[in-house]
Amino acid sequence: MAYTKRHDDRKPTETRPITAKAGVIPKADGSGYFKIGNTEAYAAVYGPRELHPRFMQDPKQGVLRCAYNMMPFSGQGDRVRPGTNRRSKEISMVMANALRPVVDLDAYPNAVVDVFVELPQTDAGSRCAAITAASIALADAGLKMKDMVAAVAVGEVDGLLVVDPDYKEESQEEGDVADIPVAMIPSTGEITLLQMDGKVRKEDLLAAIVQARPVFERIAEAQRQAIKRRYEEVNEEIKGPRSR
Amino acid sequence: MEGTAESVLLAHDKDVVAPGEVLAEGMEYLPSHGTYRKNEKIYANQTGLLIIEGKVLKTIPLAGVYIPKRGDTIVGKVIDILMTGWRFDTNSPYSAVLPLKDATFDYIKKGTDLTTFFDLDEYVVCRIVQVTSQNLVDVSMKGPGLRKLKDGRIIRVNAMKVPRIIGKRGSMVSMVKQATGCTLVVGQNGLVWLKGEPEQEIMAVDAIRKIEREAHVSGLTERMKMWLQEKTGKTVNSELYEEPEEGAAYERRYDRGERRDYGERGGDRGRFGDRRREYGGPRDYGRRGYGRDGDRRGGSGGDRERREFRQRESNEFPSEPATPPAGAQQPEAAAEQSHGRHDSEKSDE
Repeated sequence: MAYTKRHDDRKPTETRPITAKAGVIPKADGSGYFKIGNTEAYAAVYGPRELHPRFMQDPKQGVLRCAYNMMPFSGQGDRVRPGTNRRSKEISMVMANALRPVVDLDAYPNAVVDVFVELPQTDAGSRCAAITAASIALADAGLKMKDMVAAVAVGEVDGLLVVDPDYKEESQEEGDVADIPVAMIPSTGEITLLQMDGKVRKEDLLAAIVQARPVFERIAEAQRQAIKRRYEEVNEEIKGPRSR
Repeated sequence: MEGTAESVLLAHDKDVVAPGEVLAEGMEYLPSHGTYRKNEKIYANQTGLLIIEGKVLKTIPLAGVYIPKRGDTIVGKVIDILMTGWRFDTNSPYSAVLPLKDATFDYIKKGTDLTTFFDLDEYVVCRIVQVTSQNLVDVSMKGPGLRKLKDGRIIRVNAMKVPRIIGKRGSMVSMVKQATGCTLVVGQNGLVWLKGEPEQEIMAVDAIRKIEREAHVSGLTERMKMWLQEKTGKTVNSELYEEPEEGAAYERRYDRGERRDYGERGGDRGRFGDRRREYGGPRDYGRRGYGRDGDRRGGSGGDRERREFRQRESNEFPSEPATPPAGAQQPEAAAEQSHGRHDSEKSDE
């Protein structure tokens, strides 16, 4: 039997509930939080700051470094062994690649911007949540960015094109399952991350991305609201709720 | 808002905007700092406060680290002693170098231990004189108000909010000074040094934190005035300064007034003073042509600035009781007549 109705009654293009916040880590130069369903990511940005060791410095522009980390208790019941592993190393790299096109680091030669992402709980789509949270944190740190990077996974679960599959859908055994994390610059439609796990036809891949297009805009809007709310809270505290 | 049928403004003046936000559509509006145009739309490319000036859209940053700029007065911390100078941490990704010749007017003998002037971990107020494309920074200690900071405490604030902490023509900082009786030095780089009675220091810190937090909300000066009056029970005078136009304070970073607000001048020379006497005592650069006759920051007035600085110091400390080495003592009048010109020439090298 084909997968026609999602197990949590979501529409195919509906994401799980989203929460986005900025300024959650006071010590950091910028920070962001993004939760989608049971996948949760905290991002902290430090810098631009001095880069050591010096051989890593780039005299033309600043360097963007990312670090993705799943907490030991964040998985599906099994303890995630702490420390970097092959997977987290790869995700750190693709995150940096996904974010670099929007961040303008020309003004910071020889410096580094560090992005640390921690995931307290994961239920599929963790690299997308990480990129989304990191994007909020970078904007909160006051860096020049032409847009926010929004990321969400799309996929095909036994013939049904879906947005934001959770772990239950992703690990379904019946039929072919494809999990395709995508990061996009919403204002231009450029894709900065596209990976795939599973099996999908070319037309389905394209259709899945096209049908998810409005979702990226919604996520980007949530990201921007998170940044603004941080300042508007102070505004409201002083002047009362806004009546615009 | 005005605008043709095709041009639409999608945000309000003084809104907080986030990167990627569409601020206006159509070619009627013009992008400035913190915004860019792509096709027919203007986007924000930085978290900031939107300022609409006629048809020009720009944002004032609300967050970000300090990047050294020429002419800024900053508070730096000594992190290294070099062969011929000091290296300072500037609370930015780039450290600054203070060469010996820009540190003091005095003759420094070869082999002198430089820590006698500025030791590791000590703080100074200095001025950035040069920044290269690779952000190598040179600073100087020659200028009014530039000195070593002893005692007191240092706090770190968001460097993008420093203009608000200083206020238009230094209005905000002088209000805090007036209310708390603390001495304050606000560096453009976001380091603030303050010194006063313990309780007053804490109050001043709270005041600065409040300014930092509420910098983007209009009516800040009035709010701070009320807050300070309530806390101290004193009447705080801000009448001298009218409320800055919203956002204006940000642009007026280099208003002439605020420069003079870098604390009491020449006050505490610390080891500096002792050192100077040991190496021959204060020299006299002569007083001819000296006058407080204008804008001294106009560029090339190096010699005059030096003379003026020196004279002020010798006026404020006319008779220091310390005993200078025998050779250093000269009748002042005589020095002025016979050596004045000579000395000032020498100082030009």
